[in-house]
Amino acid sequence: MLRIEDLSAWYGEARVLRGVSLEIAEGEIVTLVGRNGAGKTTLLRCVMGLHGAGGARAAGTIGFLGANVARLPVHRRVRRGLGYVPDDRGVYATLTVEENLTLPPVVGPRPWSLDQVYETFPRLRERRRSPGTKLSGGEQQMLALARVLRMGARLLLCDEPTEGLSPLIVQQIGAILRDVKRQGVTVLLVEQNVHFAATVADRHYLLAEGRIVRSLDNDEVRAREHELLEHLGI
Amino acid sequence: MLQQAFNGLVGGAFYALLALGLSVIFGMLGVVNFAHGSFYMLGAFGAYVLLDSFGVDFWVALAAVPLVLGVAGVAVERLFVRRLTGLDPLYGFLFTFGLALILQDAVKHEYGVQSQPYPRPPALSGSLDLGLFDYPAYQVFVLVVSVLVCAATWLLLTRTRIGVIVRAATERPELTRALGIDVGRWVAPVFGFGIALAGLAGVLAAPMRAVNPLMGADLIITVFAVVVIGGLGSIFGSVAAGFGIGLVSALGNLYVPALSQTLVFIVMAAVLLWRPAGLFGREEAAL
Ligand SMILES: Nc1ncnc2c1ncn2[C@@H]1O[C@H](COP(=O)(O)OP(=O)(O)OP(=O)(O)O)[C@@H](O)[C@H]1O
Ligand SMILES: [Mg+2]
Repeated sequence: MLRIEDLSAWYGEARVLRGVSLEIAEGEIVTLVGRNGAGKTTLLRCVMGLHGAGGARAAGTIGFLGANVARLPVHRRVRRGLGYVPDDRGVYATLTVEENLTLPPVVGPRPWSLDQVYETFPRLRERRRSPGTKLSGGEQQMLALARVLRMGARLLLCDEPTEGLSPLIVQQIGAILRDVKRQGVTVLLVEQNVHFAATVADRHYLLAEGRIVRSLDNDEVRAREHELLEHLGI
Repeated sequence: MLQQAFNGLVGGAFYALLALGLSVIFGMLGVVNFAHGSFYMLGAFGAYVLLDSFGVDFWVALAAVPLVLGVAGVAVERLFVRRLTGLDPLYGFLFTFGLALILQDAVKHEYGVQSQPYPRPPALSGSLDLGLFDYPAYQVFVLVVSVLVCAATWLLLTRTRIGVIVRAATERPELTRALGIDVGRWVAPVFGFGIALAGLAGVLAAPMRAVNPLMGADLIITVFAVVVIGGLGSIFGSVAAGFGIGLVSALGNLYVPALSQTLVFIVMAAVLLWRPAGLFGREEAAL
């Protein structure tokens, strides 16, 4: 599904990613953990094609569904089936909740209908005429997730979807991700909450100083939770 | 006084059309189009040349001139403005300012600085009884057209799929691309649309204002103040501020004629002190 090879990224002179290679198979949920500033967001932005404006540049191959997309413009990559949930949730203030949901095109074989979205997220139905940013943080996160599901994206790139949310909502997000996986959707999840990560993901990559320093399975994560948390500085 | 207020609204109609165009262009491209006044002037000259040299009447000009200028706007965006994206905004300023001077001087070279006459269309040459006073029919027409165009633009932006895309791309261009939308494809049409609005205002101005190469430069300074008062990039704000400022300056003219030139800028300063982002502007959101 996704195969990143020797990916490097710079902001001006500062090299943030140093030859990252990783691979995700169809239907997997894989998390990317790493301390603040490790380059997790940069990596997702490279996959999307957003890294490259204003002094930033990247090199390496990004194979998606068997083709190198590293030179494609952002919207063309997305139309092959990428769904992006940015770290700030990416909700528009000038669009209503429903407009936020229906803005992006359908990019994959199994898009959710609006009804399906509203059944899963009743709160979004209630607030569908409100400006997107009038929602609470948790609701905005649900909106961002619902939006990429409505696109029918094959690969979701989610940047810290649980950050700053209550345990109840985190649980809900976990349930949705597991549900989505059952429908064959693949997920690359940036996550600091390793405990949560171990409950939803199949495998984990640890990113440090711009490199993948370790690949872990759930048992390893559970066994080394303290060590990991210490590394992450939490 | 009521009549003066009406004059103000008619004047405001021009501000509103120009500010609306400036605002959509700024919102989508991040470019302050200093050439906007020149396109307004070209609109008036287009109508004048069509009538004077080809005998084409006002009604045809009203449709054809904005269309042609809109297409010219698309070309300007594709050929020049596009190349400036990602550079320092100063380049956009230099380009549009230079373009304004070139257009203005080209027309000056051809027609001189004296004003050209343009008759009112015969069907609108009389006056209308508005109940309390008689008012020139043409002025009423200008007001109605302007209100309709602003309302149509509003509906286009709030009720259609194109409007959703333009609003999204205006608020957060990068995010909008990351959601699979080819933002670049919409930039030229939006630029052309803004220019077409300026052209329309120019054609509307021809029968009631002096048609000369400097007419745009004189007006556009006030329009910039209007856009700032309404809130940079705010569509609703620029239209409301356009009519509002028209009204304020007409009434100011009546009561404090000495201040008539500066009143707009006093209002602008006051608004900015009170709300730095303008009446309807949003404080710069995080990207
Ligand atoms: N726009 C930018 N300009 C310059 N440097 C940047 C920029 N964005 C990020 N960086 C730097 O790149 C490095 C990686 O940042 P990135 O946002 O990818 O980290 P992250 O792993 O997502 O961190 P966090 O957990 O805090 O979200 C950091 O050292 C950061 O300071
Ligand atoms: Mg980050």
